[in-house]
Amino acid sequence: MSAVTAEPRSHARAWFVTEHKIRAMRGYTGTIIATTIGTPLLYLFAFGVGLATLITSNVGPVPGISYLEFVAPALLATAAVLVAMEEYTFGILLGLKWNPIFVGMNSTPLTARQIVDGLMLFIGIRMLITTTVYFVVMLAFGAVPSGWGILTIVAGMLGGFAFAPVAAYSATIQEDRGQFAILQRTVILPLTLFSGTVFPLTQLPAFLQWIGWLSPLWHASELGRQFVYGPTEPIWLTVAHVVYLLALGVIGWQLCVRTVARRLNK
Amino acid sequence: MPAPVIVATDLVKKYKDFAAVDGITFEVAPGESFGLLGPNGAGKSTTMRMIGAVSTRSSGSLSILGLDPNEHGPAIRSQLGVVPQQDNLDTELRVRDNLLVYGRYFGLPRAQVAARADELLEFAQLSDRAKAKVDDLSGGMKRRLTIARALINEPRVLLLDEPTTGLDPQARHILWDRLYRLREQGTTLVLTTHYMDEAEQLADRLIVVDKGRIMAEGSPASLIREHSSREVLEVRFGSERNATAAADLAGIGDRLEVLPDRILLYAHSGEEALAEVTRRGLEPITSLVRRSSLEDVFLKLTGRSLIE
Ligand SMILES: Nc1ncnc2c1ncn2[C@@H]1O[C@H](COP(=O)(O)OP(=O)(O)OP(=O)(O)O)[C@@H](O)[C@H]1O
Ligand SMILES: [Mg+2]
Repeated sequence: MSAVTAEPRSHARAWFVTEHKIRAMRGYTGTIIATTIGTPLLYLFAFGVGLATLITSNVGPVPGISYLEFVAPALLATAAVLVAMEEYTFGILLGLKWNPIFVGMNSTPLTARQIVDGLMLFIGIRMLITTTVYFVVMLAFGAVPSGWGILTIVAGMLGGFAFAPVAAYSATIQEDRGQFAILQRTVILPLTLFSGTVFPLTQLPAFLQWIGWLSPLWHASELGRQFVYGPTEPIWLTVAHVVYLLALGVIGWQLCVRTVARRLNK
Repeated sequence: MPAPVIVATDLVKKYKDFAAVDGITFEVAPGESFGLLGPNGAGKSTTMRMIGAVSTRSSGSLSILGLDPNEHGPAIRSQLGVVPQQDNLDTELRVRDNLLVYGRYFGLPRAQVAARADELLEFAQLSDRAKAKVDDLSGGMKRRLTIARALINEPRVLLLDEPTTGLDPQARHILWDRLYRLREQGTTLVLTTHYMDEAEQLADRLIVVDKGRIMAEGSPASLIREHSSREVLEVRFGSERNATAAADLAGIGDRLEVLPDRILLYAHSGEEALAEVTRRGLEPITSLVRRSSLEDVFLKLTGRSLIE
């Protein structure tokens, strides 16, 4: 049968999902441009210029590094995480429940794996745009002393990727009872506060530091810092950041494929 | 005879211990228009999802276009068109864009999808709405768009789960007309409905399902011939007197069915039955003679109305 042999390969099909999501995003172009450019401007100004003046002569917690340089990689990672989280939560439940486009996709040759892969690729693209803009604004603020600085984009994206287990969780939600708001308040907010983003983890009492070690955001921020003004830590720790973030991301991704597959097969 | 496009044998779908589809067997020939008629919860949609190669059967065997959906889901789905009971159009996209993204899922080149989308908008009488938001369409228009979308890959089999439920009569007739054309072009149609007139209009052959089982099978005409009389006399005596009047009506026609609001008398000639009713001195508030329909078949087979 010719229709069978003419099947495009699996990754090509996943791209069609990405294409679909990009097309749907066009409706919000204005908002997206405004937030993508506005957020880094606002945050870097507030932290780097505003808050930094309170901190004695803009000296960061690392010798020779300004507070702005210290905080910027973490803000970039946070921005990537927030973009990814939006898709891991609302993006997933939209497709499965609120406007079940995944069900429609699944009645074509697309499989659950291709749907999730396509969505992850879309999230990757969104994060790439957000972090790149962030990085350019960082450059404009003079917050990137090292030539390796551009790699902080990768660090931020890894940070967002590492939250993929949230997508797997979202795919199990049958009824919306405000789980996302609870998740936001009990997990995401504490993580952004206690992940060594705006002050070093070592400032925290020892019994709270473990939050940071578990937090993908801490690992992503520290990784970004190594690129922007590092190295400030042993190389094994830098490798550990990467491995930890990748592992969480891959596990979440695969779990998400499985839950979505189970849910679509009614 | 050409090989059937669908062969289902003892097909079962269980949700925990509950069998939503409980051992059904049927075949659909190429070019045929095949219907599943049954009340709410009969297992129609569940069956359609299994045929659509998205829901794994619990037991039995199933072959779609010669392939087992357990092994060849994507290959089967590439040749199907699916109109689900609940529209799942992307409301974030405009009308024409919905067709474009969907066509791409079949691996069709962009230019081909675009050309096909325009043809289908024409077919669905939505050309002037191409740029409209999906949410701004009426129910009938959304349904037509969903059907257009299902045709983007020129499917060999079109699955329609309650294509016209919730539409007004005019919208239904427009849809029926479109489906008629597809039949003429040789597309195999499988449709579910709980409207007997729709089944009579659209299906060459159908199965009547209830509680996951097949109650009867045949063409609409043969089912009526087999399970009902030629005509039906409907008489109303008012809800209080219905039951007592029924006793006095015994023996008129072949069979009698007492419903809460009326009594149905099955007879070859409704007029003669009515004459007999009057001769017995009974005076119904209203009386109506009509031809037997699938509704009557269903009532006889299950003891319940199709639409409760
Ligand atoms: N995912 C599911 N989990 C559990 N039970 C289900 C599921 N899907 C369907 N059922 C049950 O299976 C039975 C058949 O459902 P189905 O949707 O196939 O009926 P239907 O004939 O399409 O009815 P309707 O005319 O209302 O659409 C119902 O009792 C329903 O509650
Ligand atoms: Mg149904």
